[in-house]
Amino acid sequence: MSNHPSLLINNLAFAYPDGNQALYGVNLRVEKGERVALLGPNGAGKTTLVLHMNGIHQTMQGEVFIAGEKVDSKNKESIRNIRSKVGIVFQDPDDQLFMPTVGEDVAFGPYNMGVRGAELEAIVDDALKLVGMSEYKDRPPHHLSFGQRRRVAVATVLAMKPEILVMDEPSSNLDPASRRELADILRSLDVTIVMVTHDLPYAYELCERAVILSGGIIVADDKTESILKNEKLLGTHRLELPVGFTLS
Amino acid sequence: MGERLYIHRHSAVHSLPSHVKIVAVLLFVLVVVSTPITYWPAFVGFLILVIASSLAGKISVLTLSKRALIEVPFIFFAVLMPFVGTGERFELGPFNLYRDGLLAGISIVAKGTLGVLSAVILSTTTTAREILRGLERLRLPIIMVQIASFMLRYINVISDEMERMKIARLSRGFDATGVKHWKVIATSAAALFIRSYERGERVHLAMLSRGFDGELPHTEVRSVGYLTWLKALSIPTFALIISIFFRMNG
Repeated sequence: MSNHPSLLINNLAFAYPDGNQALYGVNLRVEKGERVALLGPNGAGKTTLVLHMNGIHQTMQGEVFIAGEKVDSKNKESIRNIRSKVGIVFQDPDDQLFMPTVGEDVAFGPYNMGVRGAELEAIVDDALKLVGMSEYKDRPPHHLSFGQRRRVAVATVLAMKPEILVMDEPSSNLDPASRRELADILRSLDVTIVMVTHDLPYAYELCERAVILSGGIIVADDKTESILKNEKLLGTHRLELPVGFTLS
Repeated sequence: MGERLYIHRHSAVHSLPSHVKIVAVLLFVLVVVSTPITYWPAFVGFLILVIASSLAGKISVLTLSKRALIEVPFIFFAVLMPFVGTGERFELGPFNLYRDGLLAGISIVAKGTLGVLSAVILSTTTTAREILRGLERLRLPIIMVQIASFMLRYINVISDEMERMKIARLSRGFDATGVKHWKVIATSAAALFIRSYERGERVHLAMLSRGFDGELPHTEVRSVGYLTWLKALSIPTFALIISIFFRMNG
């Protein structure tokens, strides 16, 4: 089991029912414990790709494997297992946190996996501790700051003990301190991470490897540093480093 | 919004489990409603009971009465009742009133007020979340509880969104003052509806991603000792005794 890559995508293509094709044959392999940045301009198909990883979108062509298990959205039993292995943190924490209190929200995922009672409590406490939000367990989510809500959203998926953590724009709308705190948390986690972002410095800070998804295919896959140094490559795919930012 | 009615205190009333409180309030209202208004001393007794429970819940009579003002628009018609109607009439000061109308009006005002007062005590001593839990324990259909709890969670998100849209309108020089502006307001409302709908889709997607399969977690049920029930139900019981007493002697 352990020698399987966390994520393996073979030749994945997808078109929306309205005929709009989003993915044209994506190949990606992410090893266990890796942190990979998935870069790409708006409309490159990043979110579509992410929703294939846990079988929300049904694969039309190609295959997706999570830790060796094939994602098959028709197989109810297996999809349940896949969803516990792939933790997706969505961009807007208000979409993710819907239960009345932080603690109940963190419990939602493991509850769906059949965990109950004291074990569930322990999982919730551990997950909140990992993101430094333990004292907010009984608070309703709307009383928290945006950065705190994002951290709780991370806890809600960590509670499912995922094989792979997929984050959609983790740094968006965060103030600098929250941004750094989240980076510290992500670095401290012992889990495979795929981070979808346009925030190139954040990708550089956290991920040793980066891939660029553009026009529905992977156009670059290399060390983050080499990708970010290749101005021509970035420019072609509508990516830019912030003004004044130089790689050290 | 959402929890703004709840006032945090430590009191006997606050600590009662919510479903027990809901049952007590319902029974109390039932007793009040079924007592004919002509036994008016009984209503004085009910009011004393309400004030006593309010004080036990550390809510001042002032807060209680202020919050009960929400009733005013609803009793408006009851106040008109003595002036319209048929049957026996009598003079009261400068007014010429109908007896039946007056009785019916007083009955609605008295019973309505007592009902509102007990509901105010419930909502002031119990969080909205707890009330929903209580309703869940009282076997209200789970789908209704779920809808209400989603509403409770998202009402702030949506009202914030609405506020932001309003500020954005104002910032571009639009201020709704009359009928001719309704079109813009209606368009904003439609946009808000679409955005909320889409948010609903995203929330559902996020729930599916965490393995949601149609059943929301429900909280562990802790059983309630009969002493607690006794404490809470003492109020409707007293009310019942008062009601019966004045009916037999009235």
